[in-house]
Amino acid sequence: MDQQSAATLSEASLDEIKHLVSNRAIEGDTVLLNMGPQHPSTHGVLRLLLELDGETVINVIPDVGYLHTGIEKNMEAKTYTKAAVMTDRIDYLNTVGNNLVYCLAVEKLADLDVPPRAQAIRVILTELQRIASHLVWLGTHALDLGAMSVFLYCFREREFILDILEMCSGQRMMGTYIRPGGLWRDVPVEFEAAVRNFLKIFPARIDEYDALLTKNAIFLVRTQKIGVLSPEDALSWGVTGPPLRGSGVAHDLRKSQPYSGYEQYDFIVPTRTEGDTYARYMVRMEEMRQSVRIVQQAIDKLPYGPVRSNNRKYVSPPRAELATSMEAVIHHFKLWTEGFTPPKGSVYAAVESPRGELGVYLESDGSPKPYRVHWRTPSFVNMQILPLISKGVLVADLVALIGTIDIVLGDVDR
Amino acid sequence: MDEHLQSAVDALKERFAAQVSEFRGEVSLILVPECIVDACRALHDEFSFELLSEETAVDYWPQETPRFHVVYRVRSLRDNLILGLRVPLNGITPVIPSIVEVYKNANWFERELWDMFGIRAEGHPDLRRILMPYDWEGHPLRKDYPLGYEEVAFSFNQKEIDDRKPFAKE
Amino acid sequence: MGIEQKLGDMGIVTLKLEQVVNWSRTYAMWPMLFGLACCAIEMMSAQASNYDMSRFGMELMRPSPRQSDLMIVAGRVSRKMAPVLRRLYDQMPDPKWVVSMGDCASCGGVFNNYAIVQGVDEVVPVDVYVAGCPPRPEALIHGIVTLHEKVKGEHFKDWA
Repeated sequence: MDQQSAATLSEASLDEIKHLVSNRAIEGDTVLLNMGPQHPSTHGVLRLLLELDGETVINVIPDVGYLHTGIEKNMEAKTYTKAAVMTDRIDYLNTVGNNLVYCLAVEKLADLDVPPRAQAIRVILTELQRIASHLVWLGTHALDLGAMSVFLYCFREREFILDILEMCSGQRMMGTYIRPGGLWRDVPVEFEAAVRNFLKIFPARIDEYDALLTKNAIFLVRTQKIGVLSPEDALSWGVTGPPLRGSGVAHDLRKSQPYSGYEQYDFIVPTRTEGDTYARYMVRMEEMRQSVRIVQQAIDKLPYGPVRSNNRKYVSPPRAELATSMEAVIHHFKLWTEGFTPPKGSVYAAVESPRGELGVYLESDGSPKPYRVHWRTPSFVNMQILPLISKGVLVADLVALIGTIDIVLGDVDR
Repeated sequence: MDEHLQSAVDALKERFAAQVSEFRGEVSLILVPECIVDACRALHDEFSFELLSEETAVDYWPQETPRFHVVYRVRSLRDNLILGLRVPLNGITPVIPSIVEVYKNANWFERELWDMFGIRAEGHPDLRRILMPYDWEGHPLRKDYPLGYEEVAFSFNQKEIDDRKPFAKE
Repeated sequence: MGIEQKLGDMGIVTLKLEQVVNWSRTYAMWPMLFGLACCAIEMMSAQASNYDMSRFGMELMRPSPRQSDLMIVAGRVSRKMAPVLRRLYDQMPDPKWVVSMGDCASCGGVFNNYAIVQGVDEVVPVDVYVAGCPPRPEALIHGIVTLHEKVKGEHFKDWA
């Protein structure tokens, strides 16, 4: 099957896209170049078909699907708790955010309460994950534009955050720490000291990256006025996240439809009006500083209390209770063999991921397995503006544009 | 319900005979396929629902009528609202009018609907498969499409599975 | 009684040619950038400053298959990507090795469905499998060191 697909790969693609390229390409005036799935600057397996006139890009046709994993169909075959494991792998740079949005959807469907300590810790981990994701973005974006030392600095900072996540959940990236009803277990004693230590050193590191890039002449020439996105286009193409805020529309789901206790924390939503690559860079740098501010407030106000809901129909009882209460044993047994069964209905829950609006549409038919899970991923929607903003740029600028939209192919293909 | 949302819902209810349902604080309207483009245009132009958040489908096989429900979600940033629309569809290869002229990002959403469910979007400029390979047959997210899993290997069947598996030669 | 006795006055060291060639292959093995999904991020972390892989000779990652000798398949391989993977493997010149990094590349991982190739050894022959989801950078480095041990035991007629 692989051999025959290899034969049809090239023929099918040209016939299918004849209506998308201009007449000059069919006559042979312009070059059709394949920026293939394996490329150092495409941040994953993205295939772009470029129509080039010399070095200038006339048209870009993205071809996605090289990382399609069938997660939505696979989640329909597993119970709600087992499906939570697969959610980490969708946007693998924002694993805590994926867990959070899935748990918010399940909690909304089941009308489950979450104790305040769990909400505060969720906020801390989500904001730390946002910083980690922006660090990877900054490292790879700068690497594409030629600044290699920024890449090494960013990954060094990221190790601190991965240590904190490993301390909580046991795994550096795919923790599945956030579960429906709260968290998996309470944070260990070293957590607070580690977070405070990180908050002490990190603002100085952001200043270091600023000093390296923000007023750098080469960086300015390569990013200013490249890839301008107007606010009307952004809204019409459904763009959310830093590309939308870099074009002037101050829309952030943490402020407009707060979840998990975000209304208690005081932070601003950075917005710029130019809409070019430099504006998006400044928005994300400022977002990192605001995340530090949120984590500082959250860890100062961290309340005491339980970390999982008391609702025994959805959350299993603590193990100590199993020795004394028969009901606890029955609940434990039902949850472990069959899984919990939320009521019939459909909900939509959305969070603000580092890339934009990450949403889950969850439909249940009263059985222990989800009937339909649809992931509204920000990269899938944001990718569509690439042909629009790359008209007339050079190939080297195209690399910067792919980086500035900040796509993660796991998000696009699911 | 918020007053802006109430006015939008009332307008759609009287113009297109939509049925309203509310669950967990979210409002959903059920519409017929013929009037979805006009409804979306009304929401976009008059009630300032600027953003299409998502467009997806649910398969209710083996129930045949309706077989699919296409679900839309629109957001209003000016009034901070969110509204869901559902369109029931029958048949093996149903057709729905495309809303690409109203919300441009429906382009890839409708390609994914075609790829995963086999729902054609009429009036779409470029309907071809987006996530699966070009020559794939079938529409994976339908309920009658198998999951396609491989048998889990334990010690008693490990050898049979390894003999059957197409390992690559040099 | 050591090597000095055998050296004589001329300073000549005798060794089997195979050992020299294998030694030089292990210490300058250049991986090809084939990061697909989450494991690619851990591979980048392994290349970065905390778990430096350039201590083991892998200073650069060559994106071109013609200039690399090790392919680290990091991440899940979908059915659409499998022919591309095979074509890239065929474009690499001999001697070449493949490390299958992570659970998805080794056996399909968490995803047992229509879209993922259940183990990349259905497409290319694999030398070392590294388990984990994703494997820690130290686990990847252990896999690389295991590959070095394997290469040191190779003979010329394997690649002839």
